[in-house]
Amino acid sequence: MVNTILILSYCFLILSILGTLYRLVKGPSAPDRVQALDALGINIISGIAIFSVSSRNTGFFEVILLIGILSFIGTIAFSRYIERGVVIERGQPK
Amino acid sequence: MKVNDVILQTYTKAVAFIILIFSLYLFLAGHNQPGGGFIGGLMTSAALVLLYIAFDMKTVDNMIPIDFRKMVALGLTIAVFTGFGSFIFQVPFLTHSFGYFRLPLLGETELATAVMFDLGVYLTVVGGTMTIMLAIAEDDD
Repeated sequence: MVNTILILSYCFLILSILGTLYRLVKGPSAPDRVQALDALGINIISGIAIFSVSSRNTGFFEVILLIGILSFIGTIAFSRYIERGVVIERGQPK
Repeated sequence: MKVNDVILQTYTKAVAFIILIFSLYLFLAGHNQPGGGFIGGLMTSAALVLLYIAFDMKTVDNMIPIDFRKMVALGLTIAVFTGFGSFIFQVPFLTHSFGYFRLPLLGETELATAVMFDLGVYLTVVGGTMTIMLAIAEDDD
């Protein structure tokens, strides 16, 4: 029963990743691609969660939190670059 | 033009501390669970990079007055002197030992000298990563 649910969720996850990959390749503008990358990171997080359930292993829980943080910082950096042209600003001299 | 990004800055003030605590957890959990000095250092530098992105470089330099190049030297020194410490007990270089101690509030705890070496790795990784990031961001256009 649980196995069937896990395999089914793997299948839907693959469909969802293919959808975001389509937007990543085809996306007309750069913000589309950034959003597709963010959604892809979340899909990978859920994939790792399903994998750690199916392999009965708690060793991947740190990876989930870690990919969440890294995907968040990557999205922030990309959107800052699109908006301003620089990632880290110099700041006004006092 | 003054751009107002109050959402990002307010969010960063909360999230940076969560990432720092997570990196401390990864650093301390490295002996028995996944984690260790390398990934803990990378997470700490991720929190610092988030601060640098949300605020600008001058503000964060005033907030955290740390020279990251000196941090690399400090980490390497700690790692080497952990190795030299084994000479006091007439054992080969970098021999580690551990013991069980009864600490207040924590109870029976295993303390290992490998943590000192891991601390050196941690400081070196944080210093190296932040040096690379700031050196790239600092160049004039």
